[in-house]
Amino acid sequence: MSKTLSIVLASGTIDKIAAAGVITSGAVANGIDVNIFVTFWALMKFRKNDNTVNKLSYDGSEISDLVLSKMNEKKIQSGIEMIRNAKEVGNVHVYGCALMADVMGISKDDLDDMVEDIIGVGEFVSMTESSYTTLFI
Amino acid sequence: MDVKPDRVIDARGSYCPGPLMELIKAYKQAKVGEIISVYSTDAGTKKDAPAWISKSGQELVGVFDRNGYYEIVMKKVK
Repeated sequence: MSKTLSIVLASGTIDKIAAAGVITSGAVANGIDVNIFVTFWALMKFRKNDNTVNKLSYDGSEISDLVLSKMNEKKIQSGIEMIRNAKEVGNVHVYGCALMADVMGISKDDLDDMVEDIIGVGEFVSMTESSYTTLFI
Repeated sequence: MDVKPDRVIDARGSYCPGPLMELIKAYKQAKVGEIISVYSTDAGTKKDAPAWISKSGQELVGVFDRNGYYEIVMKKVK
């Protein structure tokens, strides 16, 4: 049985979503399955029609403009695209958080097609029981 | 290098983890015995790709420093 890594992705800034994308890519490259639970700000960025501004975390606010312009110039893949690519390489499952979906009136159809289902935290945590690590991003 | 690749992936201009992911996708589609070559301008790929090739039990044919990019060549052996 292959190993599983679980990620709770709550942040909606592009650096955090990119971190989830990069780690997911590294995991599937190593034959590790990944479960991602998308909640709070991240769920907003996983909406199909999301048109909110891409921001970086406050940590780097002094150099945000520079980093954003470099990322655009070098056409760096977004974290969401990295997760989409990782799905083609390995076993990656993406779930939306039922609580946040209810709060914002978001249904599965409103979310990116890679989101398999909207599930409650109980179900997600039960999935993490067999994970060797769970990350909160 | 006198081996002619069956598949060439031009991942130049793509950044980590792009070239490695492209290589793995090509590997999954390839048949045993095929030679796969990936071009990359991303320095990380030079270490990443050979590490993946050896970990997954494939054969690393070589890492070549071309003019301004790297070419990593592998053979799918299983």
